[in-house]
Amino acid sequence: MAGPMKIRATAKAGYTDIRVLMNHPMETGLRKGSDGKPIPSHFIQNVTVKVNGKTVIEGQTSQAISRNPVFSFRVKGGNKGDKVEIGWTDNKGEHNQTEAAVA
Amino acid sequence: MDEARRVVLRSAGATGALAAALAAGLLRPQRALAATWNKAAFGAKNPADALKGIGAADAAESKDVVIDLPQIAENGAVVPIEVTSNVPGTTSIAVLIEKNPFPLAAKFDFMEGALPYVKLNVKVGESSLVRVVAEAGGKFYSASKEVKVTIGGCGG
Repeated sequence: MAGPMKIRATAKAGYTDIRVLMNHPMETGLRKGSDGKPIPSHFIQNVTVKVNGKTVIEGQTSQAISRNPVFSFRVKGGNKGDKVEIGWTDNKGEHNQTEAAVA
Repeated sequence: MDEARRVVLRSAGATGALAAALAAGLLRPQRALAATWNKAAFGAKNPADALKGIGAADAAESKDVVIDLPQIAENGAVVPIEVTSNVPGTTSIAVLIEKNPFPLAAKFDFMEGALPYVKLNVKVGESSLVRVVAEAGGKFYSASKEVKVTIGGCGG
């Protein structure tokens, strides 16, 4: 199941820095388990970033993203207290999302 | 009369070819914009096909696409890449690791309010060129940088 997600959004000069940490195995489908059988692929395919309810970034990702992905994004302006929401969906249809206020 | 018939046939043939081209190449990037997953581009097994999949086969080299990544990655499983596009009006950034089994690693679409910047960690199977393609005004701009990997990121 989807593990916890963390967002840290910080207001800087002229922009807001958004960092997000996701818990996900990001299995490529190319590895073999200890029993010699291939481990099926399991990875995040879509990432959406919203600020105050408005979508600002839509990402598509492959199995090449490292395990427990970390992304940094930047949005113009931004004030303390603005709501940042980030969600992901993986190739098995699992999804998770969380939100945080800009600090 | 015969002449007119020829003309009609010829133009019908051309329209057919155009429709086929649209279906094969041009419709996919559009579908990708609708928050789905661009299977053609992400499933491509070489950089040329991946670029074609995102519609960027004719990307021009540009110094305005800035890539920051380590020259040598000790651990190919986690290689930090930081990308900034200084091309005015950038609407998307794609990251390709040319020698990976599936070169296209990620593509980000930026809407109003977002800055064309992203930092991410990727797996790099072996020393490879990392190519970043930025899209602005329907045109594609690319830059590349090499990363040397001492321990691969895709090994079992």
